[in-house]
Amino acid sequence: MFRLDKLFAHLVLLSLAVFSAQLAYAQNTQGPTKFPGIGRNATPAEVIAWDIDVRPDFKGLPKGSGSVAQGQVIWESKCASCHGVFGESNEIFTPIAGGTTVDDIKTGKVASLADRKQPQRTTLMKVPTVSTLWDYIYRAMPWNAPRSLTPDDTYALVAFILSLGDIVPDDFVLSNANIAEIQKKMPNRNGMTRDHGFWSVNGKPDVNSQACMTNCVKFVQIGSTLPDFARNAHGNIAEQNRLYGPYRGSDSSKPPIAKLPGSTGEGLAHAGDTHAASTKGPSALFRSENCSACHAPNAKLVGPSITAIAAKYQGQGGAQEQLMAKVKNGGSGVWGAIPMPPQSQLSDEDRAILVRWMLTGQ
Amino acid sequence: MTKKQIELSAQDISAVEKPVNRARLVTAPEHFISPELIADINTNGLDETRRGFLRKGFFSALGGAAGLAAPMVFAAGEGDPAILEKQEWQTTLGKNVATMPYGVPSIYEANLIRRESPGLTRVAASSVAFTPLQGLFGTITPNGLHFERHHQGWFNLNPETHRLMVNGMVKNARVFTMNDLMRMPSVSRTHFIECGANTGLEWGNVAVPTVQYTHGMLSCCEFTGVPLKALLEECGADLKKGKFLLAEGGDGSGMTRTINLESCLDDTIVAWGMNGEMLRPENGFPLRLVVPGVQGVSWVKWLRRLEVGDMPWNSKDEAVHYIELMPDGIHRQYASIQECKSVITTPSGGQQLLDKGFYNVSGMAWSGRGKIKRVDVSFDGGNHWRTARLETPVLTKSITRFNIDWTWDGSPAILQSRAIDDTGYVQPSIKTLRDVRGNRSIYHNNAIQSWKLDPNGEVSNVQVG
Repeated sequence: MFRLDKLFAHLVLLSLAVFSAQLAYAQNTQGPTKFPGIGRNATPAEVIAWDIDVRPDFKGLPKGSGSVAQGQVIWESKCASCHGVFGESNEIFTPIAGGTTVDDIKTGKVASLADRKQPQRTTLMKVPTVSTLWDYIYRAMPWNAPRSLTPDDTYALVAFILSLGDIVPDDFVLSNANIAEIQKKMPNRNGMTRDHGFWSVNGKPDVNSQACMTNCVKFVQIGSTLPDFARNAHGNIAEQNRLYGPYRGSDSSKPPIAKLPGSTGEGLAHAGDTHAASTKGPSALFRSENCSACHAPNAKLVGPSITAIAAKYQGQGGAQEQLMAKVKNGGSGVWGAIPMPPQSQLSDEDRAILVRWMLTGQ
Repeated sequence: MTKKQIELSAQDISAVEKPVNRARLVTAPEHFISPELIADINTNGLDETRRGFLRKGFFSALGGAAGLAAPMVFAAGEGDPAILEKQEWQTTLGKNVATMPYGVPSIYEANLIRRESPGLTRVAASSVAFTPLQGLFGTITPNGLHFERHHQGWFNLNPETHRLMVNGMVKNARVFTMNDLMRMPSVSRTHFIECGANTGLEWGNVAVPTVQYTHGMLSCCEFTGVPLKALLEECGADLKKGKFLLAEGGDGSGMTRTINLESCLDDTIVAWGMNGEMLRPENGFPLRLVVPGVQGVSWVKWLRRLEVGDMPWNSKDEAVHYIELMPDGIHRQYASIQECKSVITTPSGGQQLLDKGFYNVSGMAWSGRGKIKRVDVSFDGGNHWRTARLETPVLTKSITRFNIDWTWDGSPAILQSRAIDDTGYVQPSIKTLRDVRGNRSIYHNNAIQSWKLDPNGEVSNVQVG
């Protein structure tokens, strides 16, 4: 009887809510009217569709659950190609797991962060709040297909990541009911401070220098310079400055010049050597058409390196046509399990330019 | 590199390769000018009498021996071919109007483009392209050279289907189209935007060669849009209890950042305009948040939602990234303000001077806490400083251009600039910052930058002290 009463009350409330909602959303200028005719009220469905953020107090967290085991299955199919099977990969992004201890889970402060020899900070070493993992995975992962995971998928993935850090056992099921308990085990939950002057424009700076004008330092000591081997690591600096005017770039492909060039710039590159840059060159296409999202010239990313592709197809008749078809239609199996999506946006001409460049460097 | 104590003398400042050698600092010849004369020139400018002092001082400092740039010498009947010979553009018909319906820079400017720092990131869709500060003049960044930082790639969003939702602690959750927003009363204001990680590569040691890579996550534009305050008030926001604002982007990363409404409500803009045209897609077309003085990550691009709330959100880019590791292993979270900073852009690292003689040494200064009050420049690694001229207008939370006259006598030099803002804050040395924050914090490195000039005219990036 009590239950029926309650149900009835809910129904009345619900129908009232629907009625008033219909009124509200039908009117364009309901509410403030400083700017009549501008904007309209959002419908509840619209707010639900977009307001997906989850706060540290779990406001906004949808109901649901997922186990470590379920998470592992999703992880291996959708996440491991970038993050590694155990979240350890440092190939594409910084590692997800590692660097935390059982003791950190007790103290809530990751001890290795104070160790100056710690080579890298993993996500689990830094993240203070489990809500952050949930919010970000749900809103932005996987990298190339954001918003494709369900809330249950997300619970499962968060559970799997937590298990990688031994924060939960391997048979754990994470849900909206127990996530607040897990927050109390986050290894770096006490590792953040907001006690600094950088949050507000009126905050107090952490250093306060003096503006000395004369005889300010006893010795001028050079503490660091660019190592010789890095001289040309950013490409030739001469090509990153004007080829005329008082400030040229030094030719970093060669050792420093012996003496001043003089006012005519003798021995330096000249503006007259300039050619109009091609925007349709293969390296420009490689970037603008997003090939570089998965391929690098010399390193394996999601897909094989250009060097590796060139080596594999070197001397093979018909390689140009074969690869042009692959770029157009996509492919899989040659370089591992991750498929290459079809690149149908490319014109035939651009495809030919790109494939020739991959195979011959020209 | 290991620390090397070097002798800074007029003879050889480039002695880093020489054996360690402690010696007294010998004042470089540019300090032939007395402090009194510097003050006098700063106050009264240069007149013939003061110029005379300078010349006298200069030649006595050089012992009268050093020759300056030799001008081209021609016999009376000869001359510069650039004058005597007719050039193609003087003797033929030029191109039609609107040959380039959207104009592009001269082909001779092709070297000045956005560039990536090799090895900095591993995925180009989540990376950085740096602004070529070494080639810019004044304070405004051309739209095509504004630095880029995306977290999940960029798109050309369709402006007709783009929506801005305002929800959370508001009387009415509202939806605005671009048609709506661009009807509202707008403002245009010039502000700098600097990534919190700008100069972050240099916390431990010198890592990159040029100002493009040390400081190029910095741009400055005139932004046009509706003040955030007007928009929130229109939605009936509870600004007494709602001290925090979540800004959310419409890209795949759904980029979210918490904005401090107490600190930022008065000057934040929901902007569509950038230097007189619409935002570029790389910079958030058609809508982005402009949060003056605050690090670039908070200037959320492709802005689709604003939510008023009573606590910060701890989103990924405020709980995993954009946090600053202190020596004790604790991270500073929500460090947002870009403090007072400056850098000399010409001459700067990787550049090559042609000859001795006069140079207008120039650079940029900015502060996230207000206006630039003063910029000092040193040519001897920070031992002596002279005050530079500031170009006007000097605007709050914007770039101010400074210039200072310098006649280079060919001796080694170390150039530095030091900005002071109107709160009295003085830009610190890298050592001062490291003493407090260590060298693993990545973000908010606003240290004084040093450029070493060698007698061969090459400028390089060094750290002093």
